[in-house]
Amino acid sequence: MVAGKMSTPLARVRGLGAAKAGTEHFWLQRLTAVANVPLTIAFVLIVVSLLGRNHAAAAQILGSPLVAITMLLFILSVTSHMRIGMQVIIEDYVHDEPARLILLMANTFFTLAVALASAYGILKLSFGVFGV
Amino acid sequence: MAETKAPVERPLSPHLMIYRWPLPMAMSIAHRITGAGLYFGTLLVAWWLIAAAAGPNPYANFASFMSSFFGRLILFGYTWALLHHMLGGIRHLIWDTGHGFSASEREWLSLATLIGSISLTFVLWVLGYLVMGGSH
Repeated sequence: MVAGKMSTPLARVRGLGAAKAGTEHFWLQRLTAVANVPLTIAFVLIVVSLLGRNHAAAAQILGSPLVAITMLLFILSVTSHMRIGMQVIIEDYVHDEPARLILLMANTFFTLAVALASAYGILKLSFGVFGV
Repeated sequence: MAETKAPVERPLSPHLMIYRWPLPMAMSIAHRITGAGLYFGTLLVAWWLIAAAAGPNPYANFASFMSSFFGRLILFGYTWALLHHMLGGIRHLIWDTGHGFSASEREWLSLATLIGSISLTFVLWVLGYLVMGGSH
């Protein structure tokens, strides 16, 4: 027992409790939430600007450096944020241990699959524009 | 102290469903529901980007799905969920600073989240139809 009855509150906090971790998810959720605000506004504007355009125009706009980098940041921030959010929902409502573990794993798999599939699409468009 | 007493009939605290639903409570649950909806909505974003990367035909398939009635319904719901979750998130960030916790402020912030998300959704859709140039 590092942080016993005699230790100060600070020492107890530094001991990080039984889980040896605590604030990473809380902090990452706030960090990505702040990032999501401008990135979501940018994402919405990109979608609106692409409405009704044909494939060639959409591919060129999505592949341009500024749009592609913004979209990559959007995907990275959003998928990090939603992974933690869904983890909290699972931990709140699923009390059966095997089911919870399976869902927590599925959450990470789903999130990474969406993130990498989206990033693949953006990068393929982006590198393709200047490739020809 | 071997004697056992009959358990005292203590009042139980009322469960969630007993209460009237105040707006901040409804908005709190709406925040979680919209978050879960957006989670699965990212599949549409991934489909869109992959379709754009795959070529004109896959992109046309995506576009025709999104312009169908069902597709537009999903997109409309997605728009509202995205904006509602964003505004709800900003409200949470304000709360994280320790401000906005008085009764009137909680009500005001929750109402602003709801009215703001609905208004912004309609503004965006009007803007969207204007961008489309009345072609649909």
